[in-house]
Amino acid sequence: MDLNVFSLATQLAVLIVVLAALHQPLGKYLANTFTSHKHLAVEHGLYKLSGVDAHADQHWKVYLRSLLAFSVVSIVLLFLAQLLQRFLPLNQGMGAVDPWVAMNTAVSFVTNTNWQTYVPETTLGFGIQMMLLAVQNFLSAAVGLAVVVALIRGLTRAQTSNLGNFWVDLARGTLRVLLPMAIVGAVVLIITGVIQNWGGTNIHTLVTGAQQTVPGGPVASQEAIKLLGTNGGGYFNANSAHPFENPTAFSSLFQVFLILVIPFSLPAMYGRMVGDKRQGYTVLTVMVAFWLASTIFMSWAIGAFNGSGTSVGEGFEQRLGVAPSALFATATTLTSTGAVNVAHDSLPPLAGGLAMLNMMLGEIAPGGVGSGLYGMLILAVVAVFIGGLMVGRTPEFLGKKIGAPQMKLVALYILVTPTLVLLGTAITVATPALAAAAPAEGPHGFSEILYAFTSAANNNGSAFGGITSSGPGLATMLALAMLIGRFLPIALVLALAGSLAKQRKIPATTGTLATHGPLFAVLLGGISLILTALTYFPALALGPAAEGLLK
Amino acid sequence: MKLDTLLAALPLAFRKLNPRQMIHSPVMFTVLIGSIVCTAVSIQQLAIGSDSAVFSIIVTVWLWLTVLFGNLSEAIAEGRGKAQADSLRAARTSVMARRRTRALVPAGQAGAGRDSDGNTVYDEELVPGTDLEVGDIVICEAGDLIPSDGDVIEGLASVDESAITGESAPVIRESGGDRSSVTGGTMVLSDRIVIRITAASGKTFLDRMISLVEGATRQKTPNEIALNVLLASLTIVFVVAVMTLAPMANFASALPTPVVLVALLVCLIPTTIGALVPAIGIAGMDRLIQRNVLATSGRAVETAGDITTLLLDKTGTITYGNRRAVNFIAADGVNQQVLIETARLSSLADETPEGRSIVELALGDPGSKGAQDVTAQLTVDVDVIEFSAVTRMSGLNLPVGHPANSTSAVLEVRKGAASAVERYVKERGGFLPQELAEAVANISGTGGTPLLVATYNGERAQALGVIHLADVVKPGMKERFAELRAMGIKTIMITGDNKITAAAIAAEAGVDDFVAEATPEDKLAVIKAEQEAGRLVAMTGDGTNDAPALAAADVGVAMNSGTSAAKEAANMVDLDSDPTKLIDIVGIGKQLLITRGSLTTFSVANDVAKYFAIVPALFAATFPGLGLLNIMGLASPESAILSAVIFNALVIVALVPLALRGVKYRAVSAARALSRNLLIFGLGGVIAPFIGIKLIDLLVSLIPTIAQR
Repeated sequence: MDLNVFSLATQLAVLIVVLAALHQPLGKYLANTFTSHKHLAVEHGLYKLSGVDAHADQHWKVYLRSLLAFSVVSIVLLFLAQLLQRFLPLNQGMGAVDPWVAMNTAVSFVTNTNWQTYVPETTLGFGIQMMLLAVQNFLSAAVGLAVVVALIRGLTRAQTSNLGNFWVDLARGTLRVLLPMAIVGAVVLIITGVIQNWGGTNIHTLVTGAQQTVPGGPVASQEAIKLLGTNGGGYFNANSAHPFENPTAFSSLFQVFLILVIPFSLPAMYGRMVGDKRQGYTVLTVMVAFWLASTIFMSWAIGAFNGSGTSVGEGFEQRLGVAPSALFATATTLTSTGAVNVAHDSLPPLAGGLAMLNMMLGEIAPGGVGSGLYGMLILAVVAVFIGGLMVGRTPEFLGKKIGAPQMKLVALYILVTPTLVLLGTAITVATPALAAAAPAEGPHGFSEILYAFTSAANNNGSAFGGITSSGPGLATMLALAMLIGRFLPIALVLALAGSLAKQRKIPATTGTLATHGPLFAVLLGGISLILTALTYFPALALGPAAEGLLK
Repeated sequence: MKLDTLLAALPLAFRKLNPRQMIHSPVMFTVLIGSIVCTAVSIQQLAIGSDSAVFSIIVTVWLWLTVLFGNLSEAIAEGRGKAQADSLRAARTSVMARRRTRALVPAGQAGAGRDSDGNTVYDEELVPGTDLEVGDIVICEAGDLIPSDGDVIEGLASVDESAITGESAPVIRESGGDRSSVTGGTMVLSDRIVIRITAASGKTFLDRMISLVEGATRQKTPNEIALNVLLASLTIVFVVAVMTLAPMANFASALPTPVVLVALLVCLIPTTIGALVPAIGIAGMDRLIQRNVLATSGRAVETAGDITTLLLDKTGTITYGNRRAVNFIAADGVNQQVLIETARLSSLADETPEGRSIVELALGDPGSKGAQDVTAQLTVDVDVIEFSAVTRMSGLNLPVGHPANSTSAVLEVRKGAASAVERYVKERGGFLPQELAEAVANISGTGGTPLLVATYNGERAQALGVIHLADVVKPGMKERFAELRAMGIKTIMITGDNKITAAAIAAEAGVDDFVAEATPEDKLAVIKAEQEAGRLVAMTGDGTNDAPALAAADVGVAMNSGTSAAKEAANMVDLDSDPTKLIDIVGIGKQLLITRGSLTTFSVANDVAKYFAIVPALFAATFPGLGLLNIMGLASPESAILSAVIFNALVIVALVPLALRGVKYRAVSAARALSRNLLIFGLGGVIAPFIGIKLIDLLVSLIPTIAQR
């Protein structure tokens, strides 16, 4: 189907207007949430119940330990619940989940990846979907928020190693930010036609006399947080391509909005928290630039290579067409969402390659809830390091020196994801038994594997659906990629925050490299592109480029 | 660059191939490993007579050249310092020292062990200079080389320090005060001094200088370490990318040879900056040494670039050391030229700097030209009235008939402190005109010194006018301070003057702040306060009482003429003892960092083009569509890879002069510096290799076996 430029422009314009109107107020609300000294009554109750000292200011190591402990417990709980589904309420008669699948799913939801090895309709009942998966959708996103808030505190505080209180940040992110927004989002989704029922599986008799089973469920409530928290785990296997999850063009656009709204508001929060709104605007500019460029290129790639005429190809939703598919595919891969309204496996090769490139960029434009901004700030540290030298000063970022200890943490951070993606892909293709999971021939089969590891290590969760990842081998490797890809960077970010917080603040002068303004934005954008995306250039050449570039 | 420096550096470049040395640069070590792998592969291909042997050999040769070029840049930088070190070492020739042993007779016994003047007599022994220990007392007389660093505790001597400073004029060293330190290896030209040794053998100033210029004690600076961490991580990322590419390419049945993979790796890792980092650091130190400044560590040079506050002594740094005449103000009814001529006469015999400045101003003043024909010189019959603390005046008594004396009596010409001359005039029947009294008050009020000029012809004294003496700010200081301000550096003037004088000079020089009536403790307090606010402070000093402040400052520059306590506390020593140089030092520090950052940017930006050269070459045979990425239109896969490798090696050589000279440094704001360097080295770094690789490809494709596609 040809790209309807007018449709794309209109939808982009609507998104830009709404996001532009919301990002400052939401950013302000977020900043207030994480800097306020008051606790809500319900939070008080929670702290009392769980024995948390809400007034404790945690050293970065304690902050990290709390975060890791919380995540490990969550994974174990989620894993056991799936194995014991038979004994749990609201299981709709579904039994124990395959342990490999359960393990992969537990890791996937706690790491905010939401890679779905399982087929929801036939694997998990209401109970686990609502009480565990949906809850993780909230919590894993709140963890991301907590980490970026801790990093910002590291930049703003001086001569301390304390970064705040993980439990307080987690509770506030969940209760004050995600929950109210998800409720509003769910209501709007219901209005657009997303289902919310206890209908279970209905059997309809079609006019032809054939019987069709149509599962229902509390979809809208889970859908809202799936997108808001950049999670992406669909209630149904078809995710946002399923008419019950995403019935209309409007709901599709609204879902894209839900994906983008928090990540695009975090720069405003950052600007306020560091006391210089320009800092936030600069980061936002780079994010928007990547997002716009990627969306336009994606639309072109889908429109140009998907055959001409009135119908889009296999794997596309005929209801939606090129522009909504491109918008959704870009937003979902540039954030850590991974929800899909088009089968990415069916994207034309260059569009599929772009979806990978979006993730390979490190999901920073705007990226996952929290993770996008901290990823971007890490790259800003590199930009500051190189740019700072170019103005003749040893580098400093918002008054904090970037010396060898800081660069070590940043260097490791940069190493983690490419190593996971490339190593995982290399091991898989070198092992015939594993490579067999991707049935497609030639470069496309390679793309499926590369996509899987890119998605897992970047905690995205979308897939080139042709791959089967439920076997022990891939399920374990991908789970490892998700785990390491999530928690090692978080540990490094918190360590960096701790080392920054310890320093005193150096006042800025005209000799200081300004980390705001167009010049720094160009530097930051260039460094992001060269340091992250270019690493994958040879691999991309073997996959999407080999498939898509034809002479 | 001269050919002989290049040739001299070559052996060292080969010696540096030692893996134990190479490992200090992770980037170049990776290239070394790659070269070894390629050598093995080439030999194997040659043995089996493979078609690609020629290609492999050429690539291998260029990989080795890449390593060598990197070592060469470091060797050249080190070679520059070596020549200087050799000349210094010549000054360190073993000296016999006359060491004072205990007194012959224990002190305290009356009359014993003293010479005819009542001084204690000591015994002496001749020991090698290298045996001296801290605290030993040695005696040096005219013609002796001073055996080691020390402080003069007795006597005064002129010392030739040219071995260290290159300055041939001898300097005076004397006990007590701020000129008591002597340096080992310098020569006593006259008189006799007694020295207490302050540095053990091997740790003297000269030894430190030698090891500094030779780079023997060169340690990586903090920023260099941080940069190396970044470069190492980039190297690891690309090692992973290339290593994992092998199975991936194999999966697509397009496995490249190891040589090609190594070539890709070497092109992608930041070899340019990796090879040049040591040379940039050495060259930065070298630039300081060339300006006769010694830094105790590379760290200090780096810190100099970060300085945000400069503490500058007024005298000698901002102003000339002495007050100078800047204006003549005549009383009503007195011809300006008469005043000028009289003022000149009054100072003819005055050898003080102030007096000479009056003569200079009078002669240089255009207004005095008309009076030049009556310019009188000192003649034997002129009585010179010297300045004295009681009269606070000086001048001449001109006899009758002297060309400048038109009266018929002895003409007394006087200039001096306003109050003294006023009394002189009034006692001789004269008066101080209102306008002159006002001028005197005005000049005092703005921090200047007013001198009154008067004559007395035996009948009635007359006050002719006022000479305005002022601290004169050195030319160009205001502009330099403005530059510093643009760079975000705050200047604080330190002076012992009173507030009014200090404020006037501060305003004239354009410094940001000043501390008047300052004591050495005030300096320390200012430094502490600035550092408390997170700023980095640089200062100069020479006296022992400056030592705490010098030690506290982030960059403390001691004057070589200063005491050894000051030099010990400082992290830099200026051999020329020129306090203004502090500003240059900041510039050198910044230039070092800018060079490092710019070449890093250039190196990283280069990768874009190299991808477009090598990736299509790797896989275009299997996936012809990837040929579309060959936007440079390179002749064949082999020529593409070879061109990228050759470009990668040559760019190191091409940038060596820049690394040694430093990126041109301008005193501009950070924003302007960034946009300029980003444009040249960022954008330039993206574009240059496209052009370079294409040009090399045009040449390389002439090689028969490489050209076919």
